[in-house]
Amino acid sequence: MFDAVIIGAGVCGALIARTLTEYGQKVCILEKAGDVAMGTTKANSAIVHAGFDAKPGTLKAKLNVKGSEMMEGFCRSLGVKYSPIGALVVGFNDGDRRTLETLLARGVENGVKELRILEGEELKEIEPNLGEQVCCALYAPSSAIVCPYELCIAAAGNAMDNGAELRLNFMVKTIEKDGEGFVVSDGNESVRGHVVINCAGVHSAEIAGLVGDNSFTITPRKGEYMLLDKECGSLVSHTVFRCPSAMGKGILVSPTVDGNLLLGPTAVNIEDMEDFSVSAEGIAAVRESAAQQVKGIAFNKVIASFAGLRSVGSTGDFILNEPVKGFINVAAIESPGLSSAPAIAEYVREMLAADGVKLEKRADFVSERRSVHYYKTLSTEEKNALIAEHPEYGHIICRCETVSEGEILEALRRNPRPTDVDGVKRRTRATMGRCQGGFCTPYIVELLAKELGSDCTEVTKFGGDSHIIIEKTKVTE
Amino acid sequence: MSEARNVGILIIGGGPAGLSAAVSAYEAGARDILILEREETLGGILKQCIHSGFGLHRFGEELTGPEYAHRYIQKVLEYKIPYLLNTMVTGLAADKTVTAVNSEDGIFEIKAKAVILAMGCRERSRGALNIPGTRPAGIYTAGTAQKYVNLMGYMPGKEVVILGSGDIGLIMARRMTLEGAKVKLCCDILPVPGGLPRNIEQCLNDFGIPLRLSCTVSEIHGRDRITGVTLVSVDENRKPIPGSEEYVSCDTLLLSCGLIPENELSRGAGIEIDPKTSGPVTDENLQTSIEGVFACGNVHHVHGLVDDVSIQADIAGKAAAQYVGA
Ligand SMILES: Cc1cc2nc3c(=O)[nH]c(=O)nc-3n(C[C@H](O)[C@H](O)[C@H](O)COP(=O)(O)OP(=O)(O)OC[C@H]3O[C@@H](n4cnc5c(N)ncnc54)[C@H](O)[C@@H]3O)c2cc1C
Ligand SMILES: Cc1cc2nc3c(=O)[nH]c(=O)nc-3n(C[C@H](O)[C@H](O)[C@H](O)COP(=O)(O)OP(=O)(O)OC[C@H]3O[C@@H](n4cnc5c(N)ncnc54)[C@H](O)[C@@H]3O)c2cc1C
Repeated sequence: MFDAVIIGAGVCGALIARTLTEYGQKVCILEKAGDVAMGTTKANSAIVHAGFDAKPGTLKAKLNVKGSEMMEGFCRSLGVKYSPIGALVVGFNDGDRRTLETLLARGVENGVKELRILEGEELKEIEPNLGEQVCCALYAPSSAIVCPYELCIAAAGNAMDNGAELRLNFMVKTIEKDGEGFVVSDGNESVRGHVVINCAGVHSAEIAGLVGDNSFTITPRKGEYMLLDKECGSLVSHTVFRCPSAMGKGILVSPTVDGNLLLGPTAVNIEDMEDFSVSAEGIAAVRESAAQQVKGIAFNKVIASFAGLRSVGSTGDFILNEPVKGFINVAAIESPGLSSAPAIAEYVREMLAADGVKLEKRADFVSERRSVHYYKTLSTEEKNALIAEHPEYGHIICRCETVSEGEILEALRRNPRPTDVDGVKRRTRATMGRCQGGFCTPYIVELLAKELGSDCTEVTKFGGDSHIIIEKTKVTE
Repeated sequence: MSEARNVGILIIGGGPAGLSAAVSAYEAGARDILILEREETLGGILKQCIHSGFGLHRFGEELTGPEYAHRYIQKVLEYKIPYLLNTMVTGLAADKTVTAVNSEDGIFEIKAKAVILAMGCRERSRGALNIPGTRPAGIYTAGTAQKYVNLMGYMPGKEVVILGSGDIGLIMARRMTLEGAKVKLCCDILPVPGGLPRNIEQCLNDFGIPLRLSCTVSEIHGRDRITGVTLVSVDENRKPIPGSEEYVSCDTLLLSCGLIPENELSRGAGIEIDPKTSGPVTDENLQTSIEGVFACGNVHHVHGLVDDVSIQADIAGKAAAQYVGA
């Protein structure tokens, strides 16, 4: 019997798991995919929003401002990349300028610090490559960028290092009330817990339905992106948002923590919760807007395009409630969900405390986790000492991102262990560079097979049926 | 890190370009030469090109890729030109200091009098092509598929569509067919094929594989593994013609849509790059914008024939030898 069963290993589930583990709870995370961070958490804009966007008084506003204040410390102890680069919301005309004034006022009311409007020379000076038509901008120095899947992997890994359990490929199908708690099952196996926390992202309304809570619905809203080569990452030094309009928050141009340039997202409501396809129209829309916001974008340096789904809830706000005693919804966590996640974890802890659950900070909790990119931070002397002891660190597997066999083996042996090529990619950046795995995928397939004790033909790109190799060419006896 | 070692001519890359350059530098009198190669054997991309068609110009006979490479490797061994394998060059500075890493020596620096860039090229990936649709497994560049089949003994798929009629794609159409796969068609957005006429004849026509010109993949289907593609015909401006869409099922999509010279090291050193070729701007001796740094082979511009790579590398090797005063 677990104290808490968490459904969904996105950034919300992972951070809640870590917080509850820290407070002495025996936690089990159930995830339908073959790895953590496989939902919205792996495909979003990666911005730690300052908090001027959400309507004052909403949970979104409160948790965003609080979460973004907590984020840097969280990232530091979890060894996750975080970069406080600031943001500019750019306007093209007087109408936009009035919108920026409204945002400024809203931000001040939400408690966002240091916001101001920039124009003319001052604006050009801090961001020289803005589009010619840009005339003004709201400057938010407290906005930052983070690596969202790294945050999720690190939080889940840290929770596991401290005793939490993770069950992958566990798709929750039923939840039954059972005396003091619940039995959560995927049809084959079941897990029992006193408390169930629904962090199932776009599927959170279905999960709520399993305990009879039909009070809300979720509409997936797709956002498409393009990612450019690292050569382009320094084109801008802030996140450049477009002034929001009736069409939504708009497209951004931003460096990523790894030095690439990210363009997107679009915003289109869809029906299929598993539709992550990109479209010609979406990519064209991203191009058009991005080119107005920032000049000199080398669109021929695109290395990947992808899409993520926002969980747009029917209430307009985050849904954090307890429709049935012991069953907590963490639902409709659309943007700024990533920014809010640390505060959401705190909020859930407070909900449980209010329910009378005994929560005491563990003295033996290890809150630090070494960065997956630890090797990269070493000096040449330290690296050489490590290579002398473990020669695998001198063997480069991914050429574009310079990732060694040693780093890949380290990732393969740490919580939460990856079991497919994309899992290795999200932990080490191998295959994420400009050749997109053309050179190194074959080697990673071999390393994975060896580590998992399986055959290369069993290795997948991202679980399920996503096999990379179909069979051996010739069977030789 | 220990003191930087000194070398006369340092060659980055042990493919046909690097090998030819080393041999010609030696024959021009240079002795202090070192080749750095990141793979575990010399030969570059030729290792996986087990088909014949190499060397007609250079040697007057038809060789396979490994055989062609072997002739140069023999010379390198005969001349006792030193080389380091499994050694990745990670940095090149404008003063010709090269940083490299391998398992035995760790991270080390070499100060060279002359450097020859021979890093070859990489293939354009799906991301760079911006093909809409889902992002399943089963999409490979033709060269990666060639590596799976020819070097590792694995079949990446059984029902294949090939996008792009470059030579590697054509060669792989035949190779996959011989290994028992069904190659459904090869399409190219251009009205003329990219590959050599002899490859169209021997790799497609001889096996009855249709070639569709002015036709491209407009969408990729499938969640886990690719299940099909939408093909669309394009007009003379390469714009899709509405109504011409056709769905073709497949479990594999091979991309043969062009090669990109690998010039990240060159850029890092501040070497001027020609936007047309994506390779370094060079003079008649193949010297780049940095004195004493030369470039040859696919890193310079994408070559169709390895024989031409060797010819160019000879010039670079000789020029480097002269530069170091051999
Ligand atoms: C285009 C876009 C841009 C965004 N940009 C930002 C931004 O810049 N800043 C910001 O703060 N926020 C942003 N967001 C929002 C942020 O990404 C999300 O709020 C956050 O990732 C939500 O995390 P989550 O853990 O709630 O959901 P998810 O990451 O979706 O996790 C849910 C998990 O539940 C699992 N699951 C579902 N059903 C089941 C089941 N039946 N059984 C077991 N497991 C199940 C899923 O597989 C998944 O792993 C953006 C979102 C999108 C789509
Ligand atoms: C798949 C394919 C099929 C072909 N088929 C034919 C054919 O049928 N007939 C024909 O005549 N030609 C063919 N060609 C063309 C010909 O083989 C190439 O033009 C030739 O191999 C290019 O030689 P290269 O030395 O410039 O590059 P490569 O052969 O690519 O060699 C470059 C070498 O540099 C190494 N390297 C790169 N960066 C670093 C670094 N940072 N540190 C250390 N080492 C590094 C690489 O590992 C590689 O070994 C084919 C090419 C390809 C790609």
